[in-house]
Formats: sequence, C-alpha cells, structure tokens
Amino acid sequence: MNSIDPIIWFFLFGLFAGAMKSELRLPSQIYDFVSMLLLLTIGLKGGIELANQPFATLLPQMALVVGMGFLLPLLVFPILKHVGKFNKADSASIAAHYGSVSVGTFAVAVAYMNTRNIEFEEHMALFVVLLEIPAILVGIVLAKGLSKDTQWSTVGHEVLLGKGVMFLLGGLFIGWLSGPSGVESISPLFFDLFKGILALFLLEMGLITASQLGSLKRYGLFLVIFGIVTPLIFSVIGTATGLALGLSIGGTAILATLFASASYIAVPAAMRISVPEANPTLSLTASLGITFPFNILLGIPLYHWLASSAQNILV
Amino acid sequence: MNNHKTKLLTVITEAALESRLINDIEQLGGLGYTITNARGKGSRGLRSGSWEANANIRIEVICGPELVNQLAEHLQRKYYDNYAMVTFTSDVEVLRPTKFSD
Repeated sequence: MNSIDPIIWFFLFGLFAGAMKSELRLPSQIYDFVSMLLLLTIGLKGGIELANQPFATLLPQMALVVGMGFLLPLLVFPILKHVGKFNKADSASIAAHYGSVSVGTFAVAVAYMNTRNIEFEEHMALFVVLLEIPAILVGIVLAKGLSKDTQWSTVGHEVLLGKGVMFLLGGLFIGWLSGPSGVESISPLFFDLFKGILALFLLEMGLITASQLGSLKRYGLFLVIFGIVTPLIFSVIGTATGLALGLSIGGTAILATLFASASYIAVPAAMRISVPEANPTLSLTASLGITFPFNILLGIPLYHWLASSAQNILV
Repeated sequence: MNNHKTKLLTVITEAALESRLINDIEQLGGLGYTITNARGKGSRGLRSGSWEANANIRIEVICGPELVNQLAEHLQRKYYDNYAMVTFTSDVEVLRPTKFSD
C-alpha cells in the first residue's frame, strides 16, 4: 500500500466523495488559485532550466514536438468518425482534446518522478505549452475546413491569452529571467508546497471526474475503449519521440505521458467558441471521465516502465 | 419619487460566451450591463459552476424596449442552437432613464 503516492489517495478520495454525492467541494476561487499555482510552478521550473542552457540547442526538439502536436489529432480523427460514428464536429473536437495535453496529468508525472528520484529534463514544461496549441488549430480546421467564417483572431486570443498558456508562459519567462538563484526567495510558496497544492487540485479533479461518470453510461462502450486505447498508443509514439530526441528515461516517460494525456481546460474552452456544434459532454466524458484517471492511476507507472524498457533495449 | 418604466433583459448562459456577449451588447448599442456568476440546471443538464467548462453567468441589461427586442432576437439567432442559454425580459422601473438609453 505504501507504493501509492498520497496525492493519488486525494484523487480517489475526491472520486469517492463525488460518487457518493457528498456535499464536498472546493470553493471555485480556491480551485482557480490552486490551478494557477500549479501552472506557475511548472512554468517556473521549466524557465529555470532554460536559463541553464542555450535556447538554440532546444529548437530542433521544439520543432519535432510541435510537429507531433499537429499529427496526433489527425491520427484519431478518422477512427472517431468511421469507427465511433461521430459526426464531423464531434470527431474533430474529441481529436483536438486528445492531441493536446493535460497540465494536471503532467504535474502528477512530475511528482511521480520526484518521489522516486528519477531525473528528467525540466524543460519538459516548455513542451506542455508547445503541445497545447497545435491540436486546437487542427481540430478547428477538421471541423470547419479552412473556411473564412472562422474568426482566427478570436481563436488566437482565446488560445494564447487563455489562462493555461498565459500562466505557463509567464512562469517560464520569470524563471528564465530570474535564474535558479533569483527564484530561491519565492521557492517556499511555489516549490516547497507543490505536492500539497497538487493534492488539493487532485481532490477537486476527483470530484469533477465523478460528475462526468454519469454521462459515461449514456455514451457507451466506444468512448471507454477509445479513452484507454488512445493514450496507450500515443504513449508508444511519445516514447519513440523521446528516444529520437535523446531524452533521459524520466524525460521520455514524461513525454509519453504528455502524448497520452488529453486536455480538459484549454481545448474545451477553444472548441466551445470555435466549434460550438460539437457536444462538449462527449469529449469531456472521455478526457476527464476515462483518460485522466487512467493516466494518473495506471498510465504513468506504465509509461515509466515503457521508457526504461525501451532505453534498455537500445543501450 | 419619479419612476420611469423601461425593460430588463436577463441572459443566463455559459461563461465561455462572456467576452462575445459583451461585444454583441456594446455593438448593438447597450450602454451597460451587469454580470454575475450563476449555477443551475436546465435542458442541457446541471451547470454546477465548479470549474470552467460548466460555469454559467447571468447577464443583465437595462434598456429601452426596442433594443431589448433587438438583443433578444440577435442572441436567439446566434446562440440558441449550440449553447445553453435562457433569455427573458421583464418590466422594470428606474429613477434615471437617461442612464440606460440614449
């Protein structure tokens, strides 16, 4: 029992309380505060790492990661449309969710590595930002074609100035400009409290996940299978990409986790505005009700095993 | 006390629409609005407001009858198909009519 991280218990606790229809809930301002702290902390950590190395050496890695961000939604779109029998808008929206990433899942993966003292490249935080955006653009184009009706300036505003990307980028820049010694004075709030904050965040995520489970029955088996098989396949692609980039075992496992994760903040907001005819319940049920719990409970240890086995075979 | 009759438009909808609705109201000539967070249940299910994707807002606009109709028709045409939205109008009395319509 000791191998289960306490933060995972917080998630299960939230799930249980939600399923039991308990009155429990985090006040929404607290939830906003907690997710803001997580985003800033992740950004700061990545930024400090960027200060340690010349930015230009990362450009090829960044280009490949962005390329994969465009590719992933294209892989699942035909499956959703032809096997899942969803209409074009729903297929495009779900594909965008799965092509993008979940910051919460990333934070749990980071905590997993820290607990086990596994080294990983801290600039993974930069990849979170890079992977968040391309899938949204692909999703909109898949749903609407390259039509003139799409208000790209509104989309751009929504995506780039949305809470998730702005906090991450803000943290990255502040960490980058301040460097490791500069950030020391604020580290008690951002770094020392990271796991406690993550625990509260996961408690609320458990409650939110429980609220999605009701819609699962309505949308059936395909979404459940899709929500588990997609992260498994994407994690293999992520592992291969991590190896191609020459990342460490920890870095490869985190990249695999990022590929496997599905968005539930940035993409739903962007899809709501840009592809309003897509049913938001479908994509959120899959990404939050199935993929998020699958990844944090089983996925991350599995992707870690996958990354270390792959590295061992190659070495 | 000198009361003037005018109209109140109330819109309860998804928080995701906030910036677009503000834009619409201003473009059509509304002079002001009040927005509050809301939660509740309707034909599109429970909107508990516990996080971004199921947060609701309530927008209130006080203005003359013509603009109220224009706004209501615009909202119906543009948003009713794809968004959770409830709109209703009511008669209200205000003390300073010039504050709410030109």
